[in-house]
Amino acid sequence: MSTGQVYIDERAPVAGAARAGQGHVLWQYASPQRFYALAGRLVPWFMAPALLLTLLGLYVGFFVAPTDHQQGEAYRIIFVHVPAAWLSMVIYLAMAFWAGLGWVLNTRLSSMMARALAPTGALFTFLALWTGALWGKPTWGTWWVWDARLTSELILLFLYIGFMALQAGIDDPRRGDKAGALLALVGVINVPIIYFSVQWWSTLHQGASISFKAAPTMASTMLIGMLLCSLGLWAYAIGIALMRLRCIVLERERGTDWVQRLPEVQRLLPAEVASAKKEST
Amino acid sequence: MNWQSWQAFVAMGGYGLYVWGSVLVVAAFIAGELADVVRRRRAALKTLRLLGVGR
Repeated sequence: MSTGQVYIDERAPVAGAARAGQGHVLWQYASPQRFYALAGRLVPWFMAPALLLTLLGLYVGFFVAPTDHQQGEAYRIIFVHVPAAWLSMVIYLAMAFWAGLGWVLNTRLSSMMARALAPTGALFTFLALWTGALWGKPTWGTWWVWDARLTSELILLFLYIGFMALQAGIDDPRRGDKAGALLALVGVINVPIIYFSVQWWSTLHQGASISFKAAPTMASTMLIGMLLCSLGLWAYAIGIALMRLRCIVLERERGTDWVQRLPEVQRLLPAEVASAKKEST
Repeated sequence: MNWQSWQAFVAMGGYGLYVWGSVLVVAAFIAGELADVVRRRRAALKTLRLLGVGR
């Protein structure tokens, strides 16, 4: 500890907490103890922009962007569908990256970050499929087709669920981290398949909304609304992942002194004091 | 302005079910996720406090 605190407890500090305060500044934040505090400070800086950007994006999408001449008002589903679909893929890549890093570098915090991202990735994958079905019905005449884009996105949902189920089924956290990393890294192959599926196979699904090669074909206000919603939900995804990471750190580090010293842990609620007294007598 | 009335906004040119079924479900699931993480934090803190009392 760089603050020079002296530990009088008989419990030895675990490796992660003991390493805190040593080495390069980036490695210091690889310590769950350091990052727990940093993440707590970062959360509002992601959640406030998330709310503002998403509301602004929905405002542009619903009150400024014009009616589509082919799809009428049904196209407005794009303002939630495309951000959810993008995030479902981006979060998977981030999850696989942190899971792989935690495996290779043996940094527990990276593996915890992968665990923190998985439920949010699964949520956005489900929402991409849900909003896609609600968009498909009025425009294609069907909720679902077994084509390449939709099927590979469904496989993405199963990969997320598989990752979470596998880790939940292994009691030893570090063994669970490694098994999850293997699954996540093998599943990365599915992400380019989703992305390029509309080019590689004939499909009902339209091509990419945004291309780096060609000028956008949609009205600029539609594009701005979609990008604002995407940025907003992206910030939300980071914010909620940091919040969940803090929960995971509290759960996994419960045997350490630094967790017990946290003010939010020290502060006992009256009901908890009463129930603890009742148990000890 | 896109909408002549509140009713026109809700109706979404006849696609209200699909458009609001998308937007509101996204909003509801995000609210649910936030609630779940807040509940998880409270549960973790409660466990830790009770561990602290016991030693």
